[in-house]
Amino acid sequence: MNHCYHCGDPCNDSEILHKEKIFCCQGCVTVFDILNDNDLSYYYDLEKAPGTSPKEIESKYDFLTNEAIVNKLLEFNDGSTQIISFLIPSIHCSSCIWVLENLQKLNKGVRTSQVDFPKKMVRITYAAAEISLKELVTLLAKIGYEPYISLENLDAKKRKTNHTLIYQLGVAGFAFGNVMFLSFPEYFQVEEFWLDQFKNLFRWLMFAFSVPVVVYSARDYFISAYKGIRSKILNIDIPIALGITVLFVRSTLEIVLDWGTGFFDSLTGLVFFLLIGKFFQQRTYSYLSFERDYKSYFPIAVTRISKNNAEEQIPIYDIKPGDRLLVRNKELIPVDAIIRKGNALIDYSFVTGEAIPVVKNSGEKVFAGGRQEGTLIEVEAIKEVAQSYLTQLWSNEVFSHSKEHKFQSLINKISKHFTIGVLSLAVLATLFWVFVDASKAVQVFTAVLIVACPCAIALASPFTLGNLLRIFGNQQFYLKEAYIIEQMAAIDVVVFDKTGTITTHAKSQITYEGIPLTEAEASLLTSSLRASNHPLSRALYDILKENEIKVLDHFEEVTGKGILASYDKQSIKIGAPSFVNASNMEDEENKTSVYVSSNNDFKGRYVFQNTYREGLLEVFQEIGKNKEIAILSGDNDGERGRLQMILPAEATLLFEQKPDDKLHFIKSLQQNGKKVMMVGDGLNDAGALAQSDVGVVVSENVNVFSPACDAILDASRFSSLANFLQLSNKGIKVIKWSFILSLLYNLVGLGFAVTGNLMPVVAAILMPLSSISIVVFTTVATQILGKSIAKKEKK
Amino acid sequence: MTIIYMLLAISVTVAIGFFIAFIISVKKGQYEDTYTPSVRMLFEDEVIKEVSAENSKTKTDNQ
Repeated sequence: MNHCYHCGDPCNDSEILHKEKIFCCQGCVTVFDILNDNDLSYYYDLEKAPGTSPKEIESKYDFLTNEAIVNKLLEFNDGSTQIISFLIPSIHCSSCIWVLENLQKLNKGVRTSQVDFPKKMVRITYAAAEISLKELVTLLAKIGYEPYISLENLDAKKRKTNHTLIYQLGVAGFAFGNVMFLSFPEYFQVEEFWLDQFKNLFRWLMFAFSVPVVVYSARDYFISAYKGIRSKILNIDIPIALGITVLFVRSTLEIVLDWGTGFFDSLTGLVFFLLIGKFFQQRTYSYLSFERDYKSYFPIAVTRISKNNAEEQIPIYDIKPGDRLLVRNKELIPVDAIIRKGNALIDYSFVTGEAIPVVKNSGEKVFAGGRQEGTLIEVEAIKEVAQSYLTQLWSNEVFSHSKEHKFQSLINKISKHFTIGVLSLAVLATLFWVFVDASKAVQVFTAVLIVACPCAIALASPFTLGNLLRIFGNQQFYLKEAYIIEQMAAIDVVVFDKTGTITTHAKSQITYEGIPLTEAEASLLTSSLRASNHPLSRALYDILKENEIKVLDHFEEVTGKGILASYDKQSIKIGAPSFVNASNMEDEENKTSVYVSSNNDFKGRYVFQNTYREGLLEVFQEIGKNKEIAILSGDNDGERGRLQMILPAEATLLFEQKPDDKLHFIKSLQQNGKKVMMVGDGLNDAGALAQSDVGVVVSENVNVFSPACDAILDASRFSSLANFLQLSNKGIKVIKWSFILSLLYNLVGLGFAVTGNLMPVVAAILMPLSSISIVVFTTVATQILGKSIAKKEKK
Repeated sequence: MTIIYMLLAISVTVAIGFFIAFIISVKKGQYEDTYTPSVRMLFEDEVIKEVSAENSKTKTDNQ
């Protein structure tokens, strides 16, 4: 099979030969021509088949002629020059960067354009007089880079990334390097004249470098420790803040009273290492969004028919009940509405979980979030956007608070004991020295606190989790933040959504039941299906297209009922049972089926069944070993029998669940003390995803919309879900082992401290040594875990 | 040994100079996107080469 020169997709039956190159569709040819004619063919030299096939856009971007909307989208506008940033999901290779940064070759109006590859954003400066925003968007769409513009673009103007941590890290690293170099001469304790003469200068310089580290870089540890004490939680930041304070105060006292050099090197080093750990854990996937609500799924504007029957573009927030709106093919219904004109075929799969699009006729009610498949319809709004059936879900309180706060991490559990242990040891050692040699008591007390500062413990968790985060990322399982791995390790119940989560969107399994069709009938059936646009017809046509195609004598599509066609004295009816004279056949078990009759004789029916994802059985078996499984579906219970066969016996199966029901189901599990993982895909799962301890979204294409969640799983990796859960368990074990390792270091340090022998040089060696060995240990351990999971994947 | 004052002053000045450079680079957005520039850097040469190749072609055409 040949692959398209432009997009690399296999060219099935429609190969187009153009300029000695093979293309899969006319769209790809057009893009090739545009680029070729404008001196941009270098695009194809950079990468092989880099393109994306352009989609039909027609009048989709008409709303960009509405000035109010345009002004809200623009980043900068002085009348002549305008700047805008787009999210373009199809950016994926260096060719994309190159062509998007050479847009001025396609249109002189474009001044500059700059791509941010990790974020999949392009920022375009253009002259408004030469090219309008709508023309710009159309141009992008024409070359296969359609921007993703949604309601969300109106709300959040600019998300400024927070650079505080980078600054803090910079300050700490700068001070650490300089203090290290200044403290070096005194490590050797040589009695030299010049050293004696300059040591005060050296010491005060070190002091000067350390002040910004304590005040600025370590600020967050003090804040967190203070919060911990106020809410009576002994978190890990308390011993850290204590250690930093003691280090600083004692060092300052030492140089003021001329006792010694102080521990400024250990102090700055400690803060530097801690911040590196934080930084390592923080990096996430900038092109994925984990915070989305319905706003990024909904369009910005709709076409309204005004009172004098003119079409106008209005922002969807301006829709009032009673407004008449036009919804075109593939467009979203923005509010709950009643159909006034045209026949609707609405795909609710993303909203309710119904797998097959439903037919709605004039006068019937349609819900916001459904996608129209077919011709243009006219609807009358009956509610505002925020009050619609689907969007109301977001007024639930689960969406208003973040999950992290209600979760107590492993490290905080341990630090409780650790803090108490360290404090009591410090007091005991001090008491001992008060009786033996009172002059050393204060020194020992501070030394214990310095040495016990849990730098290594604080590093174990960020490095292990940060590494695992990257390993998961390589396996196309993207986590929002590192702490979610700890949550995953504690899960007791895994709840799945059905449609789109455990089933694929792609193809249904179709089986035929009834009298076998003759060759002529089959050919007629295929020919009639070919002419129909109904999704069921198209799905059926896909499996039957081997049959001969004839030019029909007569073809009629009766909306909501079926197809009527004839050829050479033979007629065929395809559709609902009543339509094909099969009224004696019951539409049993809620199964989706298409009935066929030839010359008014009932022949049989095609039954559509969901296709389950590959490896589903194994996933259920593996997870079922030590966790409970539940399935919540918004669909009818037609698949109950099939699901029960592959599920463990004690699994819960619930059908026709509304978004709210799903949320409450999760809540009730949690009230029974369970930790719940929700695996879903659509907007109807949004509430359950937010309520659950870990919300995982299964996505066919991670770049397009997915509801707010903690993790995004690429659908092709669904079969690895059980492995991922196992891996997070092992990750927690690694953390525990590194705690033990770092405790050993602490014990050695305490040996020095309790006996009153802690020299600055000992602290300066011990502290980085323990930190580095923890980093090495966790990195090696997680790498081994990562390799083992990669091996499992290959099998 | 008073030269040590001088040396210290120089070393601290250099260090602070680099520190300021770091702050400026963060402010200017060098840490916003750490990937694209590495790809973009490789384009320029190719584009210029292509243009010059074309120029030479048009030259020969003119002759």
